[in-house]
Amino acid sequence: MTPEEIMKPENLVYAKPRLLNDNHMHYCPGCSHGVVHRLVAEIIEELGIEDSTIGVAPVGCSVFAYNYIDIDWIEAAHGRAPAVATAVKRLNPSRMVFTYQGDGDLAAIGTCETIHAANRGENIAIIFINNAIYGMTGGQMAPTTLEGMKTSTTPYGRRVDLNGYPLEMSKLLAQLDGTCLVTRQAVHTPAAVRKAKAAIKQAFINSMEGRGTSVVEIVSTCNSGWKMSPAQSNKWMEENMFAKYPLGEIKNTVKK
Amino acid sequence: MAKVQGAVKVNQERCKGCDLCVVACPLDVLKLQPKEVNNRGYHYAYMHNPEACIGCASCAMVCPDGCIEVYRVTNK
Ligand SMILES: Cc1ncc(C[n+]2csc(CCOP(=O)(O)OP(=O)(O)O)c2C)c(N)n1
Ligand code: SF4
Ligand code: SF4
Ligand code: SF4
Repeated sequence: MTPEEIMKPENLVYAKPRLLNDNHMHYCPGCSHGVVHRLVAEIIEELGIEDSTIGVAPVGCSVFAYNYIDIDWIEAAHGRAPAVATAVKRLNPSRMVFTYQGDGDLAAIGTCETIHAANRGENIAIIFINNAIYGMTGGQMAPTTLEGMKTSTTPYGRRVDLNGYPLEMSKLLAQLDGTCLVTRQAVHTPAAVRKAKAAIKQAFINSMEGRGTSVVEIVSTCNSGWKMSPAQSNKWMEENMFAKYPLGEIKNTVKK
Repeated sequence: MAKVQGAVKVNQERCKGCDLCVVACPLDVLKLQPKEVNNRGYHYAYMHNPEACIGCASCAMVCPDGCIEVYRVTNK
């Protein structure tokens, strides 16, 4: 059969989710944010909760997330997404409420809000995009930047004596009694994408069921900030990021 | 004839030529246009070797821009 003969509606096995609209996403080519947006849209569609979901967008490259996924959104000030989500969820307990935050947002300016929301066990899902850098503002060091990693503010590499150690937020959040799910995933291969999707789905269900705070860290790339091609960035992430941020479930109190 | 045959439709205008689908395809079906660009100036992906496609959707899974539609038929 020719491709034209195969490309019939009855043979369709995968297409962009409807909730990921046709707006052109402003992300750099190959940016992990795009894959995670697609997964969020797919999951909300599959769970049939587009009318009962409220997303909280951060400050960072994903500040315009609300332009791309057709659900209700609220925009938070830098780092404050978990605080805003707390209010949204408490006032609308029947809604599925999630935040979408970068590592500068969640692990630097918003560390306080994140830890306290998780410690209170707010019934929200937190999607944490850890690309080890401040993407939006030009690739500065983040708390999550790896030791020796070059950024625009650590041009000779991050030095522990000067800048401290890379902050492992997920490990820290897993210590708190308020979290029910803490897991670290990636979206660099088809298999990783499927696992990440399952993790985010579980986090969204936890929010709806009121089981406490769920944290899904996605170890990500920022190829512009890292100054590599998207494919090289994935390789670099596998070789360097996964040593410090190993993938897998860190905590899951929900009985399967 | 191959038992499973696939085909992908790339949304050319949405594609940013990031190459991730090309790398993810296990059967080297896809390539970036060597010369042609879309209206944003990106060398978009296309089926260079369509006969090899099995419709596994690996390309679509890793595409950051949701550009790829995957079709599959099983020949009996
Ligand atoms: C209160 C405040 N402080 C600082 C900034 C500047 N700023 C914008 S984005 C950003 C960091 C974003 O990094 P990250 O959260 O890792 O997201 P990414 O862009 O990498 O996705 C900073 C510091 C701001 N917008 N508001
Ligand atoms: S700067 Fe980095 S995080 Fe931001 S869109 Fe580009 S690749 Fe993605
Ligand atoms: S569906 Fe599978 S075989 Fe076909 S182009 Fe995509 S990755 Fe390659
Ligand atoms: S992964 Fe998507 S955006 Fe990147 S080259 Fe392939 S089709 Fe284009």
